Amino acid sequence: MAITYTSGEQVEVYRFSIPATILIPLAAIFLQAWLPLKLHFFSVFDLPLLVTIGFATARRSQLAGLFTGGLIGLLQDALTHQPIGLYGISKTVVGFGASSLGIKLDVENAGARFLLTIAFYVIHEIVYFTIARGLVSLHLEWSWSRELWSGLANAFLGVLLYALMDRVKQRN
Amino acid sequence: METVLGRYRNLIVLVGVLFAQVLGLAVQVKRTNDIESTRLIRVWAVDAVTPVEKMLGWVQSSTGSVWHSYFYLRGVRAENRALKDEIERMRLEQVRMTQDADQARRLQALLGFKEQFISQTVAAQVIGSSGSEQSRAVYIDKGESSGIKPDMAVITADGIAGKVLHVYGSTSLVLLINDQTSGVGAILEKSRLQGILRGTPAGEIVLEKVMSDETVPAGELVLTSGGDRVFPKGLPVGRVTKVSQGSDLFLNIRVKPSISLSRLEEVLVVTKIDERQAEPDRSGAARAADILAERLPTVPPKPEPVPGGAAVSAPTASSTPGSSAKPAGNGQPKVPSPAAATNGTAPAVRKTIAPALSSASDASKPAAGTSEAKTSPKPAKPATESTPQPAAQDAPQ
Repeated sequence: MAITYTSGEQVEVYRFSIPATILIPLAAIFLQAWLPLKLHFFSVFDLPLLVTIGFATARRSQLAGLFTGGLIGLLQDALTHQPIGLYGISKTVVGFGASSLGIKLDVENAGARFLLTIAFYVIHEIVYFTIARGLVSLHLEWSWSRELWSGLANAFLGVLLYALMDRVKQRN
Repeated sequence: METVLGRYRNLIVLVGVLFAQVLGLAVQVKRTNDIESTRLIRVWAVDAVTPVEKMLGWVQSSTGSVWHSYFYLRGVRAENRALKDEIERMRLEQVRMTQDADQARRLQALLGFKEQFISQTVAAQVIGSSGSEQSRAVYIDKGESSGIKPDMAVITADGIAGKVLHVYGSTSLVLLINDQTSGVGAILEKSRLQGILRGTPAGEIVLEKVMSDETVPAGELVLTSGGDRVFPKGLPVGRVTKVSQGSDLFLNIRVKPSISLSRLEEVLVVTKIDERQAEPDRSGAARAADILAERLPTVPPKPEPVPGGAAVSAPTASSTPGSSAKPAGNGQPKVPSPAAATNGTAPAVRKTIAPALSSASDASKPAAGTSEAKTSPKPAKPATESTPQPAAQDAPQ
């Protein structure tokens, strides 16, 4: 459960093959759009966010993290009817933050991943909420309890998803 | 300088990427209703996701269809019987309502009213959602190629669902009525109070702009008012669930939609609405007495002797006892099978008379009576002499 502080040289850096880099985000976005129609409770999850965190922490590259997050977010935005950029900005910040933390901390164990996901879920929601209210004038209601419960649910799913992603990542 | 740039390179890139996105967002917000600037990325995203959704939808519906049509047939017989009874009951109800509607149309015609008719719809299947709780919208499997255009109403048999927002080649994005950016002109069924129906961030629906000095009871039906020029007037929207005093001069009215917006599967897109002068519709007029007459038992017809001594029988009549003859395509009634005639059961004879009644009541086909006289056997006196006559009198000239 403990998050160990390590130097940049001590942590492993991974990469993903091109098919995995393209197909995993696409599958996440597809499932996010399709599953809530069949399983209504699934709308509480944010699969593209989990994939962003998964890629960022494994690659441990800030540039790769922010660009991956940004692209996944923009693609997610494109499926909504809201202006494009809301998820793009939020996931860019999360991608950069998660990869920065990945350099500093050992996020290989499930406990660390769990806490990391809750933290970045809340950060993602705060950034989204701020931009949506401040720039797009959307009327959103903020509820700490709802965000924390959603964060917990996402963290549970995230731990499982990262374990699956571990199987396709390759040592750099 | 180079050292500083190299040291903070990642941070500078992050700021640059964020700045570019904020700038793009600001441009989109300023140009409201302009989706052309972001159309390309939307088309790419939709093209990347919807083919898989369509394929999965097709696989799911095909599997379900095969399962329900060929394997899982439990209770189908009982359901069929119940549905037949329901049809009988609804036919009587329909006759009564047709007469009411006809009367209403006559009055509207007198007053020079213009009515809206849904004259064309396209059936579509919901294949995906926007994937965000802040954007309550769904994708349907029909697009530009099926004649779908933005701002067309999307409905189901039970009520309205939303309107078409963006149209792509073979898919469309439908904004649901519980999205916070949607607005529908609505009217309360009994009190006739008008308001605007809006979605909330939590995905609920509220009726706005109803003055706080009005009384709105819970449970009252909410209909479309037609004022938004998207939805035709009179379609069900939902029922009032809670009424409370709003912060300003208006009531806060919560409405429960008449359809489950999170479980939409099949929808109808209204592609054409006709607005025309109300005219009393007399075509196919029927009376409750006619419907009831179909249920009356009569004496089975005697088979006419033909040269050779054999009785005339319907060319396609079933030989199963109790089965009935159906009217031919041209409206000519057929003779019941000898077995059915011998049994003299009510259902068999009832259905023998039914075509005669319908053809007699259809004055647009003058030949029908003639052909009936030629082909149908002489039915028993009480039924034939009393029942067809009123129908013939009722027929439009």
